[in-house]
Amino acid sequence: MSTATAPTPYAPAPGTAPKPSLVRLVTVELRKLVDTRAGFWLLASIAILVVLASASVMIWAPDSAITYDVFMQAAGYPIGFLLPVLAILSVTSEWSQRTGLVTFTMEPRRIRTLLAKLVATVIAAVAAVVVSLALAAVANVLGAAVNGVDTVWNNGASEIFDWTLLQLLGLLLGFAFATLFRISAVAIVVYYAYNLVISGLLSVLAAFQEWFADIQGWVDFSFAQIPLTTHSMDGEAWAQLASSGTIWLLLPLAVGTWLVLRAEVK
Amino acid sequence: MITVEGLSKSYGRFVAVDDVTFNCRPGTVTGFLGPNGAGKSTTMRIISGLTPQDRGSATVDGQRYVDIPNPGTKVGVLLDASAQHAGRTGREVLTLGAMTIGLPRRRVDEMLELVSLTPPEAKRRIRDYSLGMRQRLGIAHALLGDPQILILDEPANGLDPAGIHWMRGLLREYANRGGTVMLSSHLLHEVEVIADELIVIGNGRIVAQDTKANLLKTAGTFAKGLEPESLARALSQAGIHATPSGDGGVRTESTPEAVGRAAAAAGVVLLELRAADGAGLEEMFLQLTSDTQRDVATPEESLV
Repeated sequence: MSTATAPTPYAPAPGTAPKPSLVRLVTVELRKLVDTRAGFWLLASIAILVVLASASVMIWAPDSAITYDVFMQAAGYPIGFLLPVLAILSVTSEWSQRTGLVTFTMEPRRIRTLLAKLVATVIAAVAAVVVSLALAAVANVLGAAVNGVDTVWNNGASEIFDWTLLQLLGLLLGFAFATLFRISAVAIVVYYAYNLVISGLLSVLAAFQEWFADIQGWVDFSFAQIPLTTHSMDGEAWAQLASSGTIWLLLPLAVGTWLVLRAEVK
Repeated sequence: MITVEGLSKSYGRFVAVDDVTFNCRPGTVTGFLGPNGAGKSTTMRIISGLTPQDRGSATVDGQRYVDIPNPGTKVGVLLDASAQHAGRTGREVLTLGAMTIGLPRRRVDEMLELVSLTPPEAKRRIRDYSLGMRQRLGIAHALLGDPQILILDEPANGLDPAGIHWMRGLLREYANRGGTVMLSSHLLHEVEVIADELIVIGNGRIVAQDTKANLLKTAGTFAKGLEPESLARALSQAGIHATPSGDGGVRTESTPEAVGRAAAAAGVVLLELRAADGAGLEEMFLQLTSDTQRDVATPEESLV
């Protein structure tokens, strides 16, 4: 330590290294999702909770409910609860843990880092979904054997697609709120407040106000997702999902992105 | 080369950086000196593209920071050594940096060795690091991409004397090889020993800017009397303006001869009388930044 060693000398006319590629940035962001204890256990707890949810179905559900669909729905609860948190922390930690000072000086074009985070969290979500579907399948086989009933595979590709989309929309909503607030606690609270309070209030409003009931599907994002859970998406349902999604997902994401690009990093 | 021209930034009615202009040239260590809250960090964040300025420009080798394709290979930035995820290990922080820049993993080991972080230390999480270790890690991170320019905000904070000595040697050699170093500090002595050029900032404005050699040439006299109050009275009667130096003596712009005669005329016993050396810089620093030294008595106030 006392003998100072200077860093490797730089070339007099250094070649300007190219921009970090998006693939590289996505790899870095994926690594950042799991390289802390908090991130690792968040992902691990999704798997653990999916196993617990499957076990509960196996033990308590009636024989008629030992089907792949039920196991998949059960797995959806922990995923739906925790994946948005993963997306939120990926964005807000740059501010709350102040790592943005490093991240945004290594790649000052913040839109690229934000895009890399979006891709990385979607990749993590798809991985979590695949693992959960596999665990649910194992649980279905085990559950049928333990309860002495036939194994029922009542879910096709389209049901699995609907269910996966549902998980991804939750993740993206968390991501959008994270860009909007950039403070972990606030983004998480707003996300759950939206899911638990706002969507409830909108349902109450629809129950009492006929005019709102008529337009609810077009403006209430949670309500517009119900056909996804019941596997009854049709043309109008897709249009309503797009319309309400623009209001609750794309608009906050656009404003949030603008804020991330402008926000001072301290 | 860091070029800052007419840079200004306000937060509401508070002017953090006020029309700041300076250069940091290759082959030199530029000390950016000022009390806490003087605008050092804000200026450095603007140069690094983290804070948008209101007016003026800041460029690195003629490029705005955001236009540098791969900044890690050109500018090493350390703005706050504690701004790291507490749950990451030191090695992981460097690995992420090396991945982003596109460097081989062995660069991580080289840098860890350079800053004397041992393998067991590198495996520990940042929350268990002392501030000194965080600074070492931050310097390692700044040097990862072998940049020609270093921007370091208070890098000596938390380093022990041996660490400061080590950093001084490292930065000296770095500049001697042609590198550009800009480092900030709120402690004069810290910068005085490392820097070739000094930029003194107070209340967002640059108050002095020159080579260290020129700033140290400040003429004047240092005198210490057996009874400080009698000496002060004698000097004031002789029309010599003097300020206390903080160690029982006084400093004045006059010559040693004039001070000696004034003391002799008043019959004041002198313990020390000599030409003031570079320590005058400290007085200048205190005076120039006295407005922001809220909880330190200014020389004028403490003069009896």
